[in-house]
Amino acid sequence: MAASPASQSRTVLDARALVRTLRRMADEIVELNNGTEGLVIVGIQRRGVQLAARIVAMINEREKAGVPQGALDITLYRDDLQTVGPRPVVGPTSIPVDIDGKHVVIVDDVLYTGRTVRAALDELADFGRPRRIALAVLIDRGGRELPIAPDVVGKAVEVSAEQRVDVFVEELDGKDAVILASKSGDE
Amino acid sequence: MSTLILRGGRVVDPSQNLDAVTDLAIVGNRVDSIGRGFGDGRRETGDGTTVIDCSGLVVAPGFIDVHSHLREPGREDVETIATGAAAAAAGGFTAVCAMPNTDPVTDNQAAVGFVARQAQRAAMARVYPIGAISVGQKGEVLAEFGEMIAAGAVAVSDDGKPVASAHLMRTALEYARTFGIPVADHCEEPTLARGGVMNEGPTSMRLGLKGIPSEAEEIMAIRDMLLARRTGGHIHLCHMSTRGSVQLIRWGKDQEIRVTAEVCPHHLSLTEAEVDGYDTNAKMNPPLRTADDVEAMREAVRDGTIDVIATDHAPHHYDEKEREFADAPNGIVGFETALAVNITWLVKPKVIDLATLIERMSCAPARVFNLAGGTLRKGAAADVTVFDPQATWVVDAAKFRTKGRNTPYQGMTLTGRVHYTVVDGRVVHQLAR
Amino acid sequence: MTPGAAPLGKDLLALEPLATEQIQLILDTAEPFKEISERAIKKVPTLRGATIVNLFFEASTRTRVSFEFAEKRLSADTVNVAASGSSVTKGETLVDTARNLEAMRIDMVVIRHGASGAAQFLAERIESNVINAGDGTHEHPTQGLLDLLTLRDHFKHLDGVKVCIVGDVLHSRVARSNIWGLKKMGAAVAVCGPRSLLPNAIDEFGVTVFDRLDEAVEWADALNILRLQLERMQLGYIPSLREYNRVFGVTRERLERSKRDILILHPGPMNRGVEIDSDVADGPFSVILDQVTNGVAVRMAVLYLLSGGKPELAEKAKAGAA
Repeated sequence: MAASPASQSRTVLDARALVRTLRRMADEIVELNNGTEGLVIVGIQRRGVQLAARIVAMINEREKAGVPQGALDITLYRDDLQTVGPRPVVGPTSIPVDIDGKHVVIVDDVLYTGRTVRAALDELADFGRPRRIALAVLIDRGGRELPIAPDVVGKAVEVSAEQRVDVFVEELDGKDAVILASKSGDE
Repeated sequence: MSTLILRGGRVVDPSQNLDAVTDLAIVGNRVDSIGRGFGDGRRETGDGTTVIDCSGLVVAPGFIDVHSHLREPGREDVETIATGAAAAAAGGFTAVCAMPNTDPVTDNQAAVGFVARQAQRAAMARVYPIGAISVGQKGEVLAEFGEMIAAGAVAVSDDGKPVASAHLMRTALEYARTFGIPVADHCEEPTLARGGVMNEGPTSMRLGLKGIPSEAEEIMAIRDMLLARRTGGHIHLCHMSTRGSVQLIRWGKDQEIRVTAEVCPHHLSLTEAEVDGYDTNAKMNPPLRTADDVEAMREAVRDGTIDVIATDHAPHHYDEKEREFADAPNGIVGFETALAVNITWLVKPKVIDLATLIERMSCAPARVFNLAGGTLRKGAAADVTVFDPQATWVVDAAKFRTKGRNTPYQGMTLTGRVHYTVVDGRVVHQLAR
Repeated sequence: MTPGAAPLGKDLLALEPLATEQIQLILDTAEPFKEISERAIKKVPTLRGATIVNLFFEASTRTRVSFEFAEKRLSADTVNVAASGSSVTKGETLVDTARNLEAMRIDMVVIRHGASGAAQFLAERIESNVINAGDGTHEHPTQGLLDLLTLRDHFKHLDGVKVCIVGDVLHSRVARSNIWGLKKMGAAVAVCGPRSLLPNAIDEFGVTVFDRLDEAVEWADALNILRLQLERMQLGYIPSLREYNRVFGVTRERLERSKRDILILHPGPMNRGVEIDSDVADGPFSVILDQVTNGVAVRMAVLYLLSGGKPELAEKAKAGAA
């Protein structure tokens, strides 16, 4: 079968572009909050955590601030636990500050159906009542199944149903990149 | 008088050192003759003559089971003398002895007479009652041996329970000597065995089940033999199961003590590994032991240290066995699998030959308990078992004649099948085609 | 493990048949569940709508309460049934109890029973997941797991850790679960107690036997001290509790004699002054309370792993999404 353009992989963001995008996102987050007062950045496991860490470092350096960072594993709040097959591994959750009245920014690598963010919202509600929750994602690939909208987007990408977006981060994967690839056969 | 001819079978009668393909003639209820000559015109076959073609089959003196539980009176829901005698016949047994742990206990002449009459009514395998040693099997006061024997008892036993008191065992051996009957003991030291539900060892530790150490059996075996030595009585050791017991019995026989011993087919074929998974069909007393014990029991059957193979047929209700392991009653059925288990685990692997098997299942039981049978001599009672030593079949408890379904052999393929059972000259069982 | 297969199977009945990887999975899964018990809102919606019955034939407050917290913190609906004795004594047979539960469409059953093999008996007769909370003297797998987790938390690994179980091993399901679990995780296992309370066949399981506590204390990195039950004395296994304490009681003097830092575990409830002295139970090396905390986390992990989605539904969902 001849390879169609959609079946080849394409680099959406290379290492330098990824860092540049994160820097812009960090600036947008500070802008959205009018500063760093009351800001809490929470990354969603897994890669959202690494991206959040980088964003926090960028903000703290640029603004000379000490914005706190948390990590959220949403596995136990998923709405598809009954159909997903064997139990997924649960990663660590850590919210080191009281989030009551704070401006929490959720950071994730890819926004797709929106279900992960819904789960994250439910889980955050069990930790307290922030003044505001905003969403920052590196990639928005469309395809929403719930009424969820991001506040800060790194890059919007059109992805067909036969494709997937893979985000690689240095800390876990040894490189920084965002690749658009075709789904090969069965998942 | 009617004539029954078993033609062309391999007649194996250890009592006459006979092993030949020939014909067996039964006239009335007696064995008339063994020799070729039927069905080829040389001998008359007039009215009232039945000829059964036994080619390819073995014709043997009827099997005798000296240890079984028929549950009547008291637990007719689980077995009656009629269903038990029919099941025995289906297993090739022409006679069985029924243990007295019924409800009420068979410890007096009326009770013994009842068992004997029920057996006559059933008209299947013969049933010889065994009377209790002690009244109510309570282990305190001797039952009336004389009266029970007059009513038909052939031995005494408190089986189901051990005779805990050495004094009572001594007295029983002495009193039984007066009447020339054996005292059969269920060897189990009660304080060692208390609460135990399987053999004590690594498996019982793993499963968290209280074990019965082999010493519980061996201690009573040697005790009984020493008392037999002092009293000159005849002690018959029921369902032996350990290597230690066999060693002690060898010593006893060397000392010329009047001791005979029996083993059950399951102790010749299965080990405590069967209990894995808490299968209550592997729960009996004495329990299944180790592979080493099984080997010792087979060797003892071979060299005659063990005189007799008996089944300890013990039917139980399905609901009673469908319970937590510790709460389930002990015992498995045995009539209808005995021959096949023995052939599969003793004859096929050449531990013993067919003649020896027949000796242990027919001749020896008759001799040890002083019963008619165990031989096909002219004039002997016409109790005959005809079987195919090579037929294979799959055990299906649902098809058993016994009411009990509790067997550990369910679903197994065994070798050896009874085709005809003749009691008193009548065919009481025939393999359904 | 084949993809789609339940990692622990349908039930958790014992540690003995589990593979090292499975035990590893349970311990790793318990870690994030510990955090939930530290939150202000100690609840996640994971088992919302699931019905769990705690079927306890033997009275037990601590194990039952621990399971109840684990179940409720996962948002499951729980029902406690205190059933009476065995099938033989009054009440329903275990078979009928099983069938009734099934008819009520219970998702999971946590059972504690006095007969070894009772949990397996139940598991073979109902479709619900069955968790063994202690059956006779056979096994108490969640206790074994929380002991392993506590040891791992302290030593950071289990491989090569020397653990001595002290006390009535013969009648202890906790001891058995610990022995299988520790060996599978590569720990070195020993037992110490009067020979009348040790199984005869213990040597065949690769377990060292110490006849005297002083020898055990020279060797062990951790002691898991079993509760001594009064009945043992009444049944003649040991002469008196006083003698037991003098010969086998874990006291501060005994521990100090060895000059080693030995971790102290106890499944509870404790007979202070019999198998363990108060200053040891409350001392700096005691992790007895950590065991209790870990108990809830381990039980949450087990419930989570067993309640795994049905693979068939996963296949259907995938087929639908394609």
